[in-house]
Amino acid sequence: MTPQEIHDNLKAKFGTAVADAKLDALQPWIGLAPDRTLEVCRFLHDEAGFEFDYLSCLSGVDYNDGKLGVVYHLFSMNQKHKIVLKALCTREQPHIQSVSQVWGTANWHEREAFDMFGIVFDGHPDLRRILCGDDYPGHPLRKDFKVPEFYNGMKVPY
Amino acid sequence: MGILNYKFEKSNIVIASLDGLLNWARLSSLYQMQFGLACCAIEMMAASASNFDIMRFGVIPRATPRQCDVMIVSGTVTLKMATRIKRLFDQMPEPRYVISMGSCSNCGGPYWEHGYHVLKGVDRVIPVDVYVPGCPPRPEALLEGLIKLQEKVRQESLAKKTVR
Repeated sequence: MTPQEIHDNLKAKFGTAVADAKLDALQPWIGLAPDRTLEVCRFLHDEAGFEFDYLSCLSGVDYNDGKLGVVYHLFSMNQKHKIVLKALCTREQPHIQSVSQVWGTANWHEREAFDMFGIVFDGHPDLRRILCGDDYPGHPLRKDFKVPEFYNGMKVPY
Repeated sequence: MGILNYKFEKSNIVIASLDGLLNWARLSSLYQMQFGLACCAIEMMAASASNFDIMRFGVIPRATPRQCDVMIVSGTVTLKMATRIKRLFDQMPEPRYVISMGSCSNCGGPYWEHGYHVLKGVDRVIPVDVYVPGCPPRPEALLEGLIKLQEKVRQESLAKKTVR
């Protein structure tokens, strides 16, 4: 299935859940509404003809204009096609639906995105930090993050 | 070791200074705490393996800090790990020594500026005896660091309690 067909099918079925898209890019992507990622991903995973059974990567992004985002790289082992999904949220309301029920891989990836960017994945079964210590101040890959002077009594800057 | 090449025909007495004897015993059996942190640990493993054979210096890896004399901090010390290192060091019996292996553990290495999660030198939490430079250091460099530490041990005096 081509990216265009995937996009048209999603648009017809979900309407407003599909935001903008760029289908002539090197990696064609489709934008999703942050509060409806779960149902779209569930459809892409289960529906015959799509069968996206493999989440290659789930990354967090800070676009440095007040927006945060999550990028999903999907691949289908049966159909041999792939697509990229993007969901946007704001720094003030960093909420995106979790897809960890669809792909087990997403569990740890979403925890990493939460740890680094502070994106809250609604419906995640165990949303804790995965890399930094539990008491680490802030989310270090955000563009407005400032390195703390001290952490547990240890000086951090060089 | 020359004296041991000859058999003692009768029971004999060897005269040595107490410090010299104790230090010789200590520096010849520096038990190492067995843990690694990053890519330097690979070089440390190579140093333990047959080509470089760190055991010929009496370094035997032990799995608990309570049986160890020397801690080789081999790799990047993250802030999360630093508290654990401090605790492990506190569990080692005195006299205890620390070899800081590689740039990360010496001063933060490549993470010195943007390493929000890296401790810029393990000497910020525990005292270091020998710094081994390199990224990562070759096994020969680690052996050199160990020999430097042995020289340091040789000059101490347990009897006069000048150990730190």
